[in-house]
Amino acid sequence: MSYYKNRTLVFKNSYIAEGYTVAGPKENDGRYKGCFDLSLSDDMFGEKTFEKAERRMFEHAINGAIAKANLTIDHIDAVFGGDLLNQIVSCAFAMRNVHSGFFGLYNACATFVESLILGAGMLNNGLENVLCVSGSHFSTAERQYRYPLELGVLRSPVTQWTATGVGCSVLTSRPQSECPKILKATVGRVVDYEIMDTNNMGAAMAPAAVDTFETFLHDTKSKASDYDIVITGDLGKLGGDIFMDLLGRKGIDISGRYLDCGASLYFDSQQTYQGGSGAACSALVFNSEILNNLNRGKYKKAVLIGTGALMSPTTSFQGESIPAIAHLVQIDRR
Amino acid sequence: MKEPITKSNYKEYVFEVSPKSSHLKNLFWAFTVGGTICAIGQGFIELYKYLGVEAELASALASATLVVITALLTGVGVYDKLGRFAGAGSTIPITGFSNAVVSPALEFRSEGYIYGLGAKMFLIAGPVIVNGVFFSVFIALLVMLFGG
Repeated sequence: MSYYKNRTLVFKNSYIAEGYTVAGPKENDGRYKGCFDLSLSDDMFGEKTFEKAERRMFEHAINGAIAKANLTIDHIDAVFGGDLLNQIVSCAFAMRNVHSGFFGLYNACATFVESLILGAGMLNNGLENVLCVSGSHFSTAERQYRYPLELGVLRSPVTQWTATGVGCSVLTSRPQSECPKILKATVGRVVDYEIMDTNNMGAAMAPAAVDTFETFLHDTKSKASDYDIVITGDLGKLGGDIFMDLLGRKGIDISGRYLDCGASLYFDSQQTYQGGSGAACSALVFNSEILNNLNRGKYKKAVLIGTGALMSPTTSFQGESIPAIAHLVQIDRR
Repeated sequence: MKEPITKSNYKEYVFEVSPKSSHLKNLFWAFTVGGTICAIGQGFIELYKYLGVEAELASALASATLVVITALLTGVGVYDKLGRFAGAGSTIPITGFSNAVVSPALEFRSEGYIYGLGAKMFLIAGPVIVNGVFFSVFIALLVMLFGG
């Protein structure tokens, strides 16, 4: 592993062997219908509480990913993962039945890309197989961050919808076959442009995504047109437009090669306003659609930027603005 | 190229590009739904009076009836769908109060009857009660001192 600068890393042997996704019913009714490995018909997943359902999705995704990669749990050296709940309980509790090392991570909705960076780094330091897992559940996030589910409130037109699902990637340093490689990463820093409206998380996160992408292009001396696709996690429609506009004002044009996982997850008729959000967003879309396109050779060079808003209800009520972070990985098909 | 956006002008920029709620649409639905709820309430008052209940008691009975109906509608997941477009039209009438008490009760039932349901039941309605009591006492004091 070597450094371009302080924030951009280059990896030698970090490959994405397989990806596995568990999606909620609303997500499987969306634009990526049928792309997921397991789709739930009921977001309770046969459990008594939504928290237990979220945990079970994690258990299912972890086991599913291991099996899909033709491995057993004994092959997995470490698991990097997290979710949106306080004390990242969904992921940590799912790890009760997995006897690998566990790194519990929290970077809100940027957790998935954070886990890819750390996992890829550890592969360069001697580990052989690691899992990177991240997810969220609409009904558990809603009550932690907003209101009870059955409370009748008018939703702001700038809101997004927390996606239900879990995505898990198997990273390996010794690939069995040809597979996409995590080549570079730019570590995000906390950026706060003083947005106060917790409904408008896309606007809060867009400057962080711009900062990380600009740093990446600068450090690697590359242009946006060098990449087949630039993917952001959950900026949503509005946040995605702001991201493109802010880049355009800096002379960086990504039109025609840009996709936001959150904005593309649902159809307009599903009334999510600005699209999906949550730790599940990038994990779901990356481990299904994006990984398929990389494996099929449709994308040869892709950039994935995970975006996270790092506030809590406590900080919002205390009148603090929303700090945001964006982590980036470059994934190439050999 | 357009002017660069920095931290200092970002808030104004976001305000400009963000979609706004349609006040006309919100007002229309708030008026229609709120008005309908009130009309139903009046209907119950008239019904109870027709059944021979005194006028004052009939009003209280009608309110209680609306509260029970809303609690049921919240339980089966209808009231939140109404609130999504009716806004204040469904929160301001007494039905909104019922919804604000029943929805957290349902939600936090999973954490037990005492520390879940019991503690969180007034999560939304609590501030309304506290402020309602406080300001009514405050206004009453003003009236007592200056109103004569």
